[in-house]
Amino acid sequence: MDLLPIVIVVAFFQLAVIRQPLPDVGSVVFGGLLVAAGLLLFIEGLEMSLFPIGEAMANALAQKGSLFWLFTFAFLLGFSTTIAEPALIAITNEAGRISAEDDLLPNEPEVLRNYALGLRLTVAFSVGLAIVLGVVRILKGWPLHYIVIGGYVLVIGMTLISPDEIVGLAYDTGGVTTSTITVPLVTALGVGLAQAIKGRNPLLDGFGMIALASMAPIIFVMIYGFFWF
Amino acid sequence: MSTVVDVLPILILILGFQLFVLKKPIPQLRKVVIGSVYVVLGLAMFLLGLEKALFPIGNMMAEQLSNPEFLGIPEGQEVDWKDYYWIYLFAAMIGFSTTIAEPSLIAVAIKADEVSSGTISRWGLRLTVACGVSLALAVGTYRIITGTPIYLYIMTGYLVVIVQTLFAPKHMIPLAYDSGGVTTSTVTVPLVAALGLGLSATIPGRNPAVDGFGLIAFASVFPIITVLGYAQLTVIKKKIVTLKQKRDAI
Repeated sequence: MDLLPIVIVVAFFQLAVIRQPLPDVGSVVFGGLLVAAGLLLFIEGLEMSLFPIGEAMANALAQKGSLFWLFTFAFLLGFSTTIAEPALIAITNEAGRISAEDDLLPNEPEVLRNYALGLRLTVAFSVGLAIVLGVVRILKGWPLHYIVIGGYVLVIGMTLISPDEIVGLAYDTGGVTTSTITVPLVTALGVGLAQAIKGRNPLLDGFGMIALASMAPIIFVMIYGFFWF
Repeated sequence: MSTVVDVLPILILILGFQLFVLKKPIPQLRKVVIGSVYVVLGLAMFLLGLEKALFPIGNMMAEQLSNPEFLGIPEGQEVDWKDYYWIYLFAAMIGFSTTIAEPSLIAVAIKADEVSSGTISRWGLRLTVACGVSLALAVGTYRIITGTPIYLYIMTGYLVVIVQTLFAPKHMIPLAYDSGGVTTSTVTVPLVAALGLGLSATIPGRNPAVDGFGLIAFASVFPIITVLGYAQLTVIKKKIVTLKQKRDAI
C-alpha cells in the first residue's frame, strides 16, 4: 500500500515515456519485496519499542524532576544519533574533498580530516542543542513559531554575510540530521514530555523538535564556515 | 550494517540512563526488545531493497529523462523551459510517491493521529506532505532549467510560511514545521539528488555543484506550506458549515 505510488510512477514512465525494458527485472522485484516487508516490520517495531520507550523515558525524567539529567539526556540524544549518522559522514567527507579541489583548503589529508571532523562535531553539537532548546520550550510552553521564525530570519541574515562556499553545505546538513530512528524517538520524547507536564498540549507543545533540529545545523555550520574561509 | 551503527549510540544512551540515572527496569522489556529487533531488521531490509530496486531505477530514469536526445534539445540552442514538461511531471510524481513511502513521515503521522485522537488522520497528513514535496520538486526542477537563483525561491517560500503562520490554527503549526524536516530522509534524498545532479549535468550552462543540490532545500519548505494551507482550509470549511447552519436555523 505504501509503495503503490512508486510502482505506478515507475511503470508509467517506463511503459509510456521511456519505452525501454527494465534491466534485471528479477532483482528489482526482489528489492521491491524487501522494501515492502522491511517497512511493515519497521512500523510494527516502532509501536512496540521506539514509541513506548521514548515516552517512558520522558515520563521517568519528568517525574525525577532533575533538570540536569533531562537536559543531559536531550543533548546526548541529539548529539549521539547525529555524530554516527552515515549520511552526515558521507556529506562531510565530500565537502572536504570539493573544497580542496576548488583550492579553498590546502589539499593535505590532515587538514581535510580535521575539516570534516569539525563539521560533524558542529552539526552534532547543534542538533543536541536544538533538542535541549525543544525541551526548554516544552517546559516553558513557549510558542514554537517565534523560535522558528526568529531562527530562519537569522539563517537568511547569515546567508547574506556568510562565505559562499559554506552556504549550500549548511542548508544540506539541515536536511540530513533527522534519521529514521531519531525522528520517532525525538517525537515520542516531545509528546511524552508534553503529556507528563501539566498544562501542556501534546499536539501544540509536543511536536516541533524536528523543526528545531533541522534548523540549528544551518546556523552553526555557517558560523563554522567563518573559521575556515 | 549502517543501521546497526545508527542504533548503537541510542541503545547505549537509553541503557545508560535506565541503569545509572533512573535506576529502574525498562517496562515490558520483552516487548521492547522484540520491537527493537523488528525496527533494526525492518530498516535494514528496507535500505537493502532500496539499493537493489529503487535507486538503480530512479537514477536510470532520471538520466534517461534528462538525456538531450530524449528531450530533443537542438545543439547550441538556448533551451526553452516549456520543452521539459516530462521532467516536471516526473519530478512531481517521484516526489509524491517517495514521500508516501518515507518511514520517518509514517512515524510522525502515527503519532499525530494518536495525539489528535484521529482528527489529523495518518493518510491525511501523509498525502498533504506528499503534495508539498511534489510541488517542491516541480518548482525545483523548473529552477534548475531556468537557472534562476535558489535563494529567491527559498526566501519567498519562508515568507509565505511566516505569513501563513500568523493566520493558521495554532495547534497545527508545530506539526507543519516538523513535516518540513521529516520529508528529506532515507528514500527521498538519494533519488532527488540523482535527479538534480543528472538534470544540471545535461542542461547547457548549469553547474552540478551549484544547481544540482538545492532540490532538497525546496522539499523542506513546501510541505510546511501545504500542511498549513490544509489546516487553514479545514478552518474555512468549518466556518462555512457553521454559517450555513446558522442560516438554516433562521
